[in-house]
Amino acid sequence: MPTTFTPLAGLIGGVLIGLAAFALMAGIGRIAGVSGIITGLIDRFPRDRVWRALFILGLVGGAAIARAADWAPTPVFATSWPVLVIGGVLVGFGARVAGGCTSGHAVCGIARFSPRSIVATIIFLSVAMLTVYLRTRVLG
Amino acid sequence: MERIGNALVALGAGLLFGLGLAVSGVVNPLKVLSFLDVAAIRTGTWDGTLVFVLGGAVAVTVLGYGWALQRSKPFFHETFVTSTAKDIDLRLVGGAAAFGVGWGLVGLCPGTAIAALVWPMAEPALFAAAVVAGLWLGERFAHHRS
Repeated sequence: MPTTFTPLAGLIGGVLIGLAAFALMAGIGRIAGVSGIITGLIDRFPRDRVWRALFILGLVGGAAIARAADWAPTPVFATSWPVLVIGGVLVGFGARVAGGCTSGHAVCGIARFSPRSIVATIIFLSVAMLTVYLRTRVLG
Repeated sequence: MERIGNALVALGAGLLFGLGLAVSGVVNPLKVLSFLDVAAIRTGTWDGTLVFVLGGAVAVTVLGYGWALQRSKPFFHETFVTSTAKDIDLRLVGGAAAFGVGWGLVGLCPGTAIAALVWPMAEPALFAAAVVAGLWLGERFAHHRS
């Protein structure tokens, strides 16, 4: 399943993500962790709904702008529906239990030099690589 | 004034975040799976773009946090709200492992799942709904155990 190596687009996108994390911390003192932000919206006791809802709204808006301007690739899925559901539940459950996902741990946590985030990132990155290996090279 | 500033920062940061996820290409799950497929390094078909995405994001955040966290408080809030957790426990390890299996199966994380919703396809909607259900389950589980 090869895709094209696009380091410049990757770097520009990465810098934008970093600017977003910086703006949220400097502006309102919050970690830009998407799983935590969504959890605060769906929890039994919603915590600070306004900024969370606006951040998610902005995220959708930013992606919509990129799509309209043709700056982004169209998502291609290599996954059947049952696997999409199982994978989604694992991603949500795991992120919540581990206290963060790719944004909260791998970007914001590593940038704070948090040992927890560094450990979480190493684990989910290596487990994801192992999952792909088993699925495509061993089972596939 | 503080409430308006707070709202504008949240919206603007979300906008930058969504733009970044889309422009970087990680909104395409195939690109993420292609990066995770490290066996492709030997065959020369590996897509290392994610190294640049994560590297760029972390570098800018390190610099930005370095400046922001030296201030006495954020511009539009009383305090910085950051985690004080220190424990590297079974929950962190097990949660990260479960996340890794799901991420490796599909190629999307919570942020890219939301960003991918702007393409009118069934897959992002189904995956995002499953992520939200998983977050809800995880929150029940984590609270029950603590």
